[in-house]
Amino acid sequence: MRQPRRLRRRLMNYLVTALCILCVAAALIPLGSILYSTIDRGLPAINVDLLTTSGAPSVICPPGTSCLSGGINNAIIGTGILVGLAALVAFPVGVLTGVYLAEYGNNRLGRSVRFFVNVMSGIPSIVVGIVVFSLMLYLSEANIIQSSYIYSVVPGSFALGLIMVPLVARTTDEALRLVPTATREAALCLGIPRYRTILRVVLPTGGAGVLTGALLATARAAGETAPLLITDLGNTFGFQGLNHPVAALPLVIYYYGTSGIPRYETIAWASAFILIVAMLAISLASRITLARALARAQGR
Amino acid sequence: MARASGSASPPSGSASAETRPSRRRRLGDLLFPWFTGGLALAVMAGLALLVILLVERSELALTAFGPGFLVGATWNPNARPPLYGAAPFVDGTLVTAGIGILIGVPVSLGVAMFMSELAPPWLRDPMASLIEMLAAVPSVIYGLWGFFVLVPVMRTSVEPGLEAHWGWTGLFTGEIFGLDKLTAGIILAIMVIPTISAVSREAMVAVPTSQREAALSLGATHWETTRVGVLPFARSGIVAAIILGLGRAIGETMAVTMTIGNNNHLSTSLLRQGNTIASWIATDFLSAATSPLEQSALLELGLILLAITVAVNVVAVLLLGRFFRLEESRE
Repeated sequence: MRQPRRLRRRLMNYLVTALCILCVAAALIPLGSILYSTIDRGLPAINVDLLTTSGAPSVICPPGTSCLSGGINNAIIGTGILVGLAALVAFPVGVLTGVYLAEYGNNRLGRSVRFFVNVMSGIPSIVVGIVVFSLMLYLSEANIIQSSYIYSVVPGSFALGLIMVPLVARTTDEALRLVPTATREAALCLGIPRYRTILRVVLPTGGAGVLTGALLATARAAGETAPLLITDLGNTFGFQGLNHPVAALPLVIYYYGTSGIPRYETIAWASAFILIVAMLAISLASRITLARALARAQGR
Repeated sequence: MARASGSASPPSGSASAETRPSRRRRLGDLLFPWFTGGLALAVMAGLALLVILLVERSELALTAFGPGFLVGATWNPNARPPLYGAAPFVDGTLVTAGIGILIGVPVSLGVAMFMSELAPPWLRDPMASLIEMLAAVPSVIYGLWGFFVLVPVMRTSVEPGLEAHWGWTGLFTGEIFGLDKLTAGIILAIMVIPTISAVSREAMVAVPTSQREAALSLGATHWETTRVGVLPFARSGIVAAIILGLGRAIGETMAVTMTIGNNNHLSTSLLRQGNTIASWIATDFLSAATSPLEQSALLELGLILLAITVAVNVVAVLLLGRFFRLEESRE
């Protein structure tokens, strides 16, 4: 009577463990497949020509005519400009918001800002694009900006920045709250004012966490497509000024990938490869930074 | 540092009243919290303002169609007068997000349980990193992969079988393209796994070790320990994780746009092409630019999406906040 029951319980245990391992495999197979297909289809297409020239490839290419193989230099630079401008605004705003939350946020305003930041980071990126677009329409109709800005670098960067702010604020908040109270007290005991304690002692101590958050937010923004479809549209030329659309890697992947033309599709995969390598490099770098900082903090 | 002169100092006796802060120090300590707090407040106010602008922009469609917009089954700019209804997109959003959650939740819970309870300790961190990598892949790359890798698999291997065996249900009928609501739903399932499993894992890890020890000391197996000692306590955290995942699935744009096949007709079959709110905004945005009414209707769709996702996220964030406060007080 007792033996079969024990056997059944042990079997059940193994069964659930096996099911869980199966789930892990099911979750990781797509990741493997995505990495494999981007390397398999994207890597061979990457060469100096692709990276240094701009413009769409020729669709049809009769023999005897000069044939354009296309390049994504403009998209790489475009993504850099869009994300760079977004980061320029989003980093300070996000970090300072996070500082407020961690250092002064134990009150009604702090709690509501934290709640708001959490909810905001769940808003779909296309909605952010739509919201920024309606702002641009409003500003243009009110004659505050020229209509050429409606679809351009400016709203594109603004939308990416709006996506980054809550991410940066949240990670800054979390990172600074990990800084021991004793560290703050030690600085305050030396007679250092509180704001200097925060800027010169607390922020550097939690710096690795803050940096990680900023890097991950940057990676996330670099891969965003939907808001750019609404605000920036993309471009096959190089950068033409802040009041013009600019090319971006995610837009190349979307437009070229769904074009049905083989050479375009190849370029989409090559862009995907570049984007994914950049993303994983950032993710890895931030993880290493964080692990090092943690090890140092524990060693102390 | 200047000594206190004594006359204007607040209640004497406490050590801090002995010294008066220098002017710069006082000013800095006064301004810094106000400055950072003001910035945080400004971000909030700015966003509220943007939402008001969005409402104002969709007013044209709001007054033209009223609440009937939600159930209107056609989106036809060429009709006289033009007719815009959201039903096909609301339907597509609910169906694809539903499939995503239905498939994604069991897998995510298995992953979370493995990472927090069953895996040997040395494997847990690398596993978590791999799952995080899944979250770091941009959605347009999921879309590209879905379009070129998953869609052919669905078309040749999965969907013919579904139609043959389950076609009678009405859910799997019609010509097979591979680009359809089912494929989009499966992509969404893959994309919500990192969110749901990471948050559920956090919830499970937050359950006090004493719970596990109590069950183990009674002779429970690992699974029994998890079932009676961990899952009941992590439940509201897991529910919050699922709701967070739902919010992501509802708002996901690129991966769905590239795999759902772009069609505005209502259909019960999961093998039919469709559109979600998000995918339709992305698809139709440029062609709507010439018609103020259509553009306004599209912005109203965005407003609906915003309302749904904010509601979903508010519930999830509140649940998570309560869960972790409760766990803290328990320890």
